[in-house]
Order: sequence, then structure tokens, then C-alpha cells
Amino acid sequence: MDKLIGDFSVGLFFWQLVLFVGLVLLLKKFAWKPILDSVNEREDGIKNALASAEDAKKEMQNLNASNEQLLKDARAERDALMKDAREIKDKMISDAKEEAKEVTSKLIENAQASIEQEKQAALAELKKQVADLSIGIAETVIKKELASKDDQLKLVEGILKEVKLS
Amino acid sequence: MHRKITVKALTLVFFLFSIVSFAIDKSKEEKAHGTEKTKEQREKEVEEYIPHHLLDSHDFSLFSYTSDEGEHVYIGFPLPVILWDNGLNIFMSSKFHHGETIAKSGENYYKLDHGKIYKTDAAGTITYDTDHHATNSKPLDFSVTKNVFTVMMVGLLMFFMFSRMAKAYKNNESMPKGMGRLLEPIVIYIRDDIARPNIGEKHYKRYMSYLLTVFFFIWIINLLGLTPLGINVTNNIAITFCLAIITYIITTATAKKDYWKHIFWMPGVPTPMKFILMPIELLGTFIKPFSLMIRLYANITAGHIVLMSILGMIFIAQNWLGGSLSFLLAMVLGILELLVAALQAYIFTMLSALYFGSAVEEHDHH
Amino acid sequence: MTGLNFIGAGLVVIGAGIGIGQIGGKAMEAIARQPEATGKIQTAMLIAAALIEGIGFAALFAV
Repeated sequence: MDKLIGDFSVGLFFWQLVLFVGLVLLLKKFAWKPILDSVNEREDGIKNALASAEDAKKEMQNLNASNEQLLKDARAERDALMKDAREIKDKMISDAKEEAKEVTSKLIENAQASIEQEKQAALAELKKQVADLSIGIAETVIKKELASKDDQLKLVEGILKEVKLS
Repeated sequence: MHRKITVKALTLVFFLFSIVSFAIDKSKEEKAHGTEKTKEQREKEVEEYIPHHLLDSHDFSLFSYTSDEGEHVYIGFPLPVILWDNGLNIFMSSKFHHGETIAKSGENYYKLDHGKIYKTDAAGTITYDTDHHATNSKPLDFSVTKNVFTVMMVGLLMFFMFSRMAKAYKNNESMPKGMGRLLEPIVIYIRDDIARPNIGEKHYKRYMSYLLTVFFFIWIINLLGLTPLGINVTNNIAITFCLAIITYIITTATAKKDYWKHIFWMPGVPTPMKFILMPIELLGTFIKPFSLMIRLYANITAGHIVLMSILGMIFIAQNWLGGSLSFLLAMVLGILELLVAALQAYIFTMLSALYFGSAVEEHDHH
Repeated sequence: MTGLNFIGAGLVVIGAGIGIGQIGGKAMEAIARQPEATGKIQTAMLIAAALIEGIGFAALFAV
């Protein structure tokens, strides 16, 4: 202990105190502060970059998910559209069929009607002609065999019967 | 790879040189005396040389030898002597001629004796007491001694090194360059592994400047002590006392209420215990910087003494076996000292951070 | 300076040596048990060793 106190040099202590405190202050201003600041800045930069990369990744994931959603929607929509189209097509075909059927049936009906009409007309005509013919016949018969009235009537009746049957 | 080998080789060469330069220093002295000395004489010489090497000096001499004419020749340069003795006396240390002559400044005469300046008369008489201590009065010595000069140089070196590093960041978009690549990991290590865990995230920034400066200062100056320049700064008690007292002052000045509360009125213990703990805790605050001071001083001093003693064995033994053995031993020890140089800087910084941490710690357990 | 001083200092150094040895040994055991905590253990070890070392030096210089 004596040696320690004996070796103690006030001058050295004084110089060391002055120089060291000066060194701390100088280095603080010119070295440590800028060095630590830029190291911090860099670390913050790295941290931020990492965080933003993470964000970007998340966003990408979100985007992917929404893309998928979109795709799914689109597919569903397409399916729906296809379904509709098919339905419409089917309906159209069936409608057309129905219509065609209707039209044809109508046509057939019309045709039948007109045929009937024609037939009726033809019948009427026939009847008229038959009557005319009958009258002619009758005239001739009358002219020829107007001898007996009974014969005449019998004849007419027989003819008429035939006509009606046909 | 080549570069690595070159660096290693250079380190080894430098290291060997540091041992050899001491050897040359001594052997030249031996030879110059011409006459062969007895083993006892050589032992005594080595014994005297070691404490001399550990002392501060008023000039920067790399080595000295005695020329063929029997004259002491010193290789180095003198440093200014600044004395406060009822007025300022400034002169160059060359006036002392390494303690051989008396320096006259103004009306006062001064003489150098064992590295210390004493006031004396024109004849240069120095009286000794029974313990062989000089009894002459000592003027207040504010000289720029070898250690002060070294501290100045280290300060300059550190300033240029780190301000250049800081500038490199500015120019290079916050990427370290050159020397900075080596230093930046150390700076970050001190911040992340010493300051942050010991002081705490909230307060550590205030202490960073001191911690960084003290770490690099002690480390560089310890390493310089292992070079052939023969500088021993950290084995001066004044230097380590100064560093320890700064740590103590910072701890005390920045201490929060909790720190004082835990010293004077320890919470959570019975009242009579509080009175017992008070002086113990108060003493503890002084013991902490004291142990900081002693630890650094003793480690470096012990390292130097052991290293010098082993080297001195070369001159005592003076045969090939003792020489090569002590050379090998010195080399191994030198490598250990390289580790100690860094370790002591680390411990000092670490413990300083711990003390700062205890000063700003906020206890929330009650 | 009597011989007793040196004996006392020697005793303190022995004690400090045992203490530091214990710290080192326990730290190694702890590291072996928990290799992932190596850094923390080393730090704590160094601090404890440094504190004991301080006592040892104090005794040496008190002689």
C-alpha cells in the first residue's frame, strides 16, 4: 500500500484526467455519435426492409388469395352463364318444337277443315248435280215413260235411295 | 489466405523484436563494461532494471547503452518538464542528462533521482532517510512524461482512427470501410453485449461514449505496453486511479433515487438491519472503483514483472539452455499477455457498465 | 513487514484461487448443461472472477 501511494504521481493523474476527459468528449462528438447513429440507421434500415418484405409477402398472399377468389367467382359465373345459355337453348328448342307442333297441327286442322269444306262443297255440288241429273233423268223419264205415275215415283225413289247411300 | 499468413508472420516478427530489443539493450550494456560480471552482479542488475522499466520517466528513450568510451548513450528524445514551485518552471528534460546533472531553472536547482524530480542546491545533494527514500522537497511535477506523451499519442491515434471511421460512414452510405470493418464489430459488441444487458435499453445510450473510449483506450495502451517501445502506462496507479474515479463520478452523478435508497435505506429488510447495511453498502460504493483501479494496475504490473523476470533469466543464466528456455517461456507468456491486455479492457468496461446499470436501475418489485 | 504479512497474503491468494477455480469449474458445468447460454454464463463468470480477483489483489497490496 505504501508503495502504491508512493508511486502515485499527481502530475500523471492530472494529465490523464485532462487528456482522457478531453478524448471522451472529442470522440463523442466526432466519432461515437456519427458511428453509432449510422450503425443504428443501418440496423433500422435492415429492420424496416425486413418488415416491408414481410408486408409484401403478406400482401402477395392476400393478392393470391383474392386472385383465387376472383378466379373462383369467374368460374362460377361462367358456369352459371353456361347453365343459363343451355336452359335458354333448351327452352328455345322446346318452344320452337311446340310452336312447330302447333303450327303443323293448326295447318293440319286447317287442311282437314278445308278438306271437309271441300268435301262438303263437293258433296253439295254432287248433290246438286245429282239433283240436276235426276231432274234430267226425270225429265227424260217423264218424257219417255210418263205413262204411269207410279212407275215414275218408284224410279225416283230408287234413284234417291241410291244417291243417299252413296 | 496469403494476406492472412503475411499478417501472422508480421505479428510474430514484431513480437520477437520486442523481446530481442530488450535483449540487445541489456547485452550491449554488458559488453560495453568490458569486464565479465559475476552471476550475483548480473542478478542484481536485472533486479534493478525491472522496477526501473516499470517507472515513468521524463524522457522518451527506446534504449540506452554505454559506448566504448564509457559514456552512457541514450537513443530517444527529451520531453518537456513542467514544475510548479512557487511559479511555473518549464524546461526540457535534456537538462538533466538522465539524472547525471543538475538542472537550473530560474533560481532553483532540480535533480532527477529514480525518475522523480527533487529540489536541491547547486551542488545537487540529495539526502536519504534510513529506507533509502530521498528527503528533499519535491516540486509539483506536471511534466509531460513518457506516459503523458504516450497518452497524448494514443489519444491522437484514437481520434484519427475513429473520426476517419465515422467519416467513412458518411461517404459510404453507412457501410464500414478499411479499419472500420475491424472496429465496427467491437463497437457493436460493446453496445450489444456490454452496455445493453448491463445498463438497460432505456439508459445505455448516455454511457456509450465513455464505455467505448475507455475500452479502446485501455486496450490500445495495454497492447502498446507489449511492444518494444517500452511503454507502461496502465501500470501507473495514477492512470488507473483516474479511470476508476471517472467511473465512480459518472456512477454517482447519474444515479437515480433508487440507487441511493438501496444504499442508505435498504427496502425489504427489518429496520435494525437497515442500520447495519448502510455503512456496508456505502463502503461498497468505494470498494467498487478501488477494485477496478487495483485490478487493472496489478494485472499489467504483474504481467510486466513476470515477463521481464523471465527475460532477465537469459542474462543471469547466460547459456544456451537457459536462454532458449526463457525465450520460449517469454513467448508463451507474451501471448497470454496479449489476451490479458484485451481481457482487462473488457473487464474494466464490463464492470463500469455494471456499476452504471446499478445506478440507473429501477426496482419495481415493491 | 513481518513474515506473518506474507503468510496472510498467501492465504488470501490461496482462497481467491480456490474461489476462482470453483467459479470456472461451475461455469464449465453450466455450459456443458446449457451450451446455448454460453455467452451469459461466461459474462457472469468473468464478473464473479473479477470481483474475487479484486480481493486477492487488495490483499497482495495491503502487504
